[in-house]
Amino acid sequence: MSDVKVLTARWGKKDSHTLASYKADGGYGALEKALSMPQPGIVEEVKISNLRGRGGAGFATGLKWTFLPKDIRPRYLCVNADESEPGTFKDRYIIENDPHMLLEGIAITCYALDIHLAYIYIRGEFPKQAAALEQALAEAREAGIIGKKLMGKDFDLEVHVHRGAGAYICGEESALMESLEGKKGYPRLKPPFPAVVGLWGKPTIINNVETLANVPWIVKHGGAAFAALGTGKSGGTRLFGVSGNVKRPGIYEKPVHYNLKKLIMEDCGGTASGRPVKAVIPGGSSSPVLRGDEIDVSLEFDAIKAAGTMSGSGGVIVMDDSVCMVRVLSRVTKFYAEESCGQCTPCREGTPWMESLCEKIEHGHGVPGDADKLLDMANHIGGFTICALGDAASMPVQSFVKKFKDDFERHIAEHRCPFGEGAWGVSQDSREAVIGGMRA
Amino acid sequence: MRSLAERDPGTPAARSDRTVSLQIDGLPVQVPAGTSLLRAAVLAGVSIPKLCATEALAPFGSCRLCLVEVEGKKGFPASCTTPAEEGMRVRTQSDALARLRRGVLELYLTDHPLDCLTCSANGNCELQAVAGTVGLREVRYGTSGQSHQGAAGDDSNPYFAFDPSRCVVCSRCVRACEEQQGSFALTIEGRGFASRVSPGPGGRFLGSECVSCGACVTACPTAALAEKSLVALGQPQRRVATTCGYCGVGCGFEAEVQGERVVRMLPSREAQANLGHACVKGRFAWGYATHPDRITRPMIRARTSDPWREVSWEEAIGHAAAELRRIQAGHGRGSIGAIVSSRCTNEEDWLVQKLVRTAFGNNNVDTCARVCHAPTGYGLGQTLGTSAGTQTFASVEQADVVLLIGANPTDAHPVFASRLKRRLREGARLVVVDPRAIELVRAPHVRADYHLQLRPGTNVAVLTALAHVVVTEGLAATRFVAERCEPGAFEIWREFVARPEHAPEALEPVTGVPAALVRGAARLYATGGNAAIYYGLGVTEHSQGSTAVIAIANLAMATGNVGREGVGVNPLRGQNNVQGSCDMGSFPHELPGYRHVSDAAVRGSFEADWGVRLDPEPGLRIPNMMDAALDGSFRGLYCQGEDPVQSEPDTRHVIEALQAMECVIVQDLFLSETSRWAHVFLPGASFLEKDGTFTNAERRISRVRRVMAPLCGKADWEVTAALSAALGHPMPYRHPSEIMEEIARLTPTFAGVSYAKLDRLGSLQWPCNAAAPEGTPTMHVGGFVRGKGRFLPTAYVPTPERTTPRFPLLLTTGRILSQYNVGAQTRRTENLRFCGEDLLEIHPQDAADRRVADGDLVSLTSRSGEAVLRAHLTERVQPGVVYATFHFPETGANVTTTENSDWATNCPEYKVTAVQVARAAGRSAWQREREAMLRSPAGEAP
Ligand SMILES: Cc1cc2nc3c(=O)[nH]c(=O)nc-3n(C[C@H](O)[C@H](O)[C@H](O)COP(=O)(O)O)c2cc1C
Ligand code: SF4
Ligand code: SF4
Ligand code: SF4
Ligand code: FES
Repeated sequence: MSDVKVLTARWGKKDSHTLASYKADGGYGALEKALSMPQPGIVEEVKISNLRGRGGAGFATGLKWTFLPKDIRPRYLCVNADESEPGTFKDRYIIENDPHMLLEGIAITCYALDIHLAYIYIRGEFPKQAAALEQALAEAREAGIIGKKLMGKDFDLEVHVHRGAGAYICGEESALMESLEGKKGYPRLKPPFPAVVGLWGKPTIINNVETLANVPWIVKHGGAAFAALGTGKSGGTRLFGVSGNVKRPGIYEKPVHYNLKKLIMEDCGGTASGRPVKAVIPGGSSSPVLRGDEIDVSLEFDAIKAAGTMSGSGGVIVMDDSVCMVRVLSRVTKFYAEESCGQCTPCREGTPWMESLCEKIEHGHGVPGDADKLLDMANHIGGFTICALGDAASMPVQSFVKKFKDDFERHIAEHRCPFGEGAWGVSQDSREAVIGGMRA
Repeated sequence: MRSLAERDPGTPAARSDRTVSLQIDGLPVQVPAGTSLLRAAVLAGVSIPKLCATEALAPFGSCRLCLVEVEGKKGFPASCTTPAEEGMRVRTQSDALARLRRGVLELYLTDHPLDCLTCSANGNCELQAVAGTVGLREVRYGTSGQSHQGAAGDDSNPYFAFDPSRCVVCSRCVRACEEQQGSFALTIEGRGFASRVSPGPGGRFLGSECVSCGACVTACPTAALAEKSLVALGQPQRRVATTCGYCGVGCGFEAEVQGERVVRMLPSREAQANLGHACVKGRFAWGYATHPDRITRPMIRARTSDPWREVSWEEAIGHAAAELRRIQAGHGRGSIGAIVSSRCTNEEDWLVQKLVRTAFGNNNVDTCARVCHAPTGYGLGQTLGTSAGTQTFASVEQADVVLLIGANPTDAHPVFASRLKRRLREGARLVVVDPRAIELVRAPHVRADYHLQLRPGTNVAVLTALAHVVVTEGLAATRFVAERCEPGAFEIWREFVARPEHAPEALEPVTGVPAALVRGAARLYATGGNAAIYYGLGVTEHSQGSTAVIAIANLAMATGNVGREGVGVNPLRGQNNVQGSCDMGSFPHELPGYRHVSDAAVRGSFEADWGVRLDPEPGLRIPNMMDAALDGSFRGLYCQGEDPVQSEPDTRHVIEALQAMECVIVQDLFLSETSRWAHVFLPGASFLEKDGTFTNAERRISRVRRVMAPLCGKADWEVTAALSAALGHPMPYRHPSEIMEEIARLTPTFAGVSYAKLDRLGSLQWPCNAAAPEGTPTMHVGGFVRGKGRFLPTAYVPTPERTTPRFPLLLTTGRILSQYNVGAQTRRTENLRFCGEDLLEIHPQDAADRRVADGDLVSLTSRSGEAVLRAHLTERVQPGVVYATFHFPETGANVTTTENSDWATNCPEYKVTAVQVARAAGRSAWQREREAMLRSPAGEAP
């Protein structure tokens, strides 16, 4: 497996975020190259690259781009920098360490797709990163890279940074667009998909930060080279953010098909406690949990799907055998109940019920049958809602109850938590506290 | 909530010419492409459980009850948001679906009061109905979790209450407020389980952006939003389809009734004028009909200073007839006359003019339409050939550009305004010509492209300037003009408007409108696609009202914007039956159907039918009647459903005229300003108490149906018939339908109208005759009614009313949403909670010059008189212009308006009066006089 760094090559360098540093390393060369290419040729390279979305769903990026209707203008690009899925921490570091790489990816994408206006929707709790983006944008404008006449070419491009206001649901692509339009972040019914009817009713491409950050490399080295970094229908490398009970938590750039066990046991040095791995959430809090004995799988989108879960946003959360799975699920359900937009009934009414039933079991008040009831509830939510938050909320419940039924039954039988106080593998806010340093 | 008895297909009808065939539960059905599976199922006779979907609103897909299975597709798509496709095979029932639906319902019920038996929606609740069909038998989660039970409600609105514990968060209310009403007053506050319907930051409906249209209440599937009248009285026993008695939109309603008591008025979905929408007046402000102030016994008195004496109908009618005959004997046939109401039915208006022409033997009949839309009749008659708007309301849905002149539809024609706003949100462009920044200049998600904020009284100048741009910039529709208009007249007009003195630049000093705006607006109107003109009293109530109407017609003809959907010239009529009262010949010079009394052939047809000879000489208009009263030649007046003292300009002059008369007969619901000067009071019947028809601003004839018996025992038409009989001219109608038969017989444009047809089709737009048996939605298709369209030059003549150092401000008048005209009805309802007094809008700069602060009492003085009212500082008016409403008699706003009037029709110039404003120490002289009168016995009801 190759050790090529597509995304993190420049991390840790002094002033890596500045235009000067970026240019010194050949930055914006890909944009220059792209501007001399026919626009469909760029899209073709991205298709060949097998780049798949890094925002969670892993949808083929080149294919998504071809869904734009031919004759409707304007078109927009939305860059999803909302990064709020618990356990996920990668986009923010791309922005901090190498914002120009993202901007170059945006510029190439816009040029390739004949888009003249792009929005970067950044999570409200990222003031530092938002400032970094603004600064990089200012530099790029000053240098004539973005703005009127893209690098002197007869092509105008404007990029705006829009800060979110603290709602996880606004990371969902259609809620994001509603929010950009100044409305409440309610996901839209699909179809129509954003590529056809998006921002302000116009065709819109929406991609994750990491997804677009790959584009300069693809243009520079060719789609085939990118594809070769991965396997099958997934090309390139990914940023895996490992947190929880490991010796060396942090961000690891690895080929998309890297082995999960290897990542945890070798790269991260196994559990910090030295105890056995009890459970791993492989792709952000919504991905179905794996038991410790199930983690010898490829993280590649399709391979891990076959194992019943997903590599989603690349947020890997590791728990050792001291962890109470009921308590973890309790926190996870609380998150989704709090973040439900409230638009559709199963999610609005169901997520709080899952939360309270989970809490009830956690505190020893459960009665026999409650675990099944919890499962039944999740089965009535996932797949039946307007947006995927309903799935995101029910997948953990379904997998936790099925794979760790014993934890639930013991709570009910013993009328208490068998793991005792302090049985934490994941803190209440796994996004901040558990995440160790960043590691390139 | 609507009645469960009404079929609700859940999503709006799809507009497509292509049909698709599919099977639902094995039943074949064909629907237009784009139809939802939910609607297709209902059309196939299969009902799918649903809560968030309702026909009036775009599908939302939030309740997830309507999920179905589609063969060959995975998952369970929501039927309300999934369009039907060719060959689909849909299953609406399966074990899996049943489980899912029960799951959803179970979640609802964990957070619902479950006190159905004492709930106001009991028996008519969609949640209840769904629970019944889904067959949930147990709520497994208990009700111990988080809930909204006991959450504080809001009953600040006088007409409806909000109870969050019964809310199922379907957002139907929010969407109704956005999509139907266009007010965007509601939102779902919070997210997830904390989601709560909220009328804005204050959390209370009263005082929010809410205009109390009731759309949200109608849309709510439960009792979360419920009419207070329904809560108080319970579910209705029967429904009666009828037509609103307030404004010229003429909304159709279902009166929901227990016995003879109205439980609520629900806007009818089938009614083409309003398509299920309504405004606060029609929807809620009907309580006046049973207000204790209603006079229900006839009364007479010898002198107006005497107290009223209640008498029998026989005595009252006999006395009135004797008095009228006595006056005629002494002062001639022409010494009496009548005023026809724009509030009464067509049939009643017909009878009053017939009474005048047969029993009185003269043509002294006029209508209060004179104070509003007489110039429309004249102007459109001269140019296009009919005295009516050219379109249906639905036409606005095809308009690309709307030119709105002197009209404030969000207040005066709210239901049409909602339709207009919807079209504007879809992208139609808007030009507003108005001295005030009316709401539509800038409303939620609506903004006028141009606001030509002219000086009051300069409409004609602005319209001619618009025409100048059209002609001189080569934007005229020359082919249309060549084919359809008189060529000579066009050439004369073209030469006239092209003169340099009519250029926007030349007229800018007169109108105050920047020339660039006029040019931009003219180009937009002429080249923006389908362009429609809507105008109101701000056009007609001027000394050049008729000229302005002609200028409007010129503009429409010159740009080819007449004769198809989406264009046209549309007067927004003030009162419910202004159009009808005019159609019915309530004019001193015109017989029904706008035919001159001097036309012997027309007269002959009436003479043959009525068996009397008709006077070929035109009679007196209302202002002439008043003048004649003062010179002693006019002494008896029969005034049905009209209050000229309050509504006619120059109040003092009218009172003096009435004082000079010997017999004033007033027929009304309440004692009025006019009845103070009356000798006979005949109690009237409200629209709920009689059968008949109203004709709205789009020429739509709709049925008014009796919901309860007349409180006074007689409908107005019966009273007129009795008076006629007492005068020796029996009118033996058994039912208003027989009057309509006579109208149809004698009026070519009504020839095809009958009650049977109205019952069958719901409504009819005249002309309705052999050529158009189902009526005529759009006029002048293919050719103008008068043959060739006629252009007429429109020279701008400034109104004699000018500002002077003594009266440096221009006053213009208007109405507000919650009150109606002289307010006789709305003041007797809870609408007072929205607005309890008249206000004077004044620009902060003018206010500062006069040391007037917001809320101060100010005196408004003109050369005619003085009124005192409260000042409201706002930049809606420009400096130099003030604006007043005229809903409350105690204000006496019309005391200050002048006797100026339209040159062609005498329509009074309400919209321009030179005034001065100053801080007031107390009430005006007139107000003190009036109060003194109120204290005297004559002013009061017995
Ligand atoms: C509830 C929810 C939250 C989401 N949050 C994010 C997010 O924070 N960042 C992100 O990139 N994608 C998020 N997504 C995925 C986006 O909807 C979308 O699929 C993605 O931005 C597409 O970009 P990609 O194709 O480049 O991955 C979320 C999806 C859901 C259902
Ligand atoms: S699933 Fe949840 S978050 Fe998504 S639309 Fe429905 S209520 Fe909102
Ligand atoms: S009554 Fe009308 S304006 Fe008021 S909130 Fe309801 S829908 Fe909106
Ligand atoms: S108040 Fe009624 S219409 Fe509005 S969300 Fe609640 S249940 Fe639905
Ligand atoms: S009726 Fe279709 S989701 Fe509510």
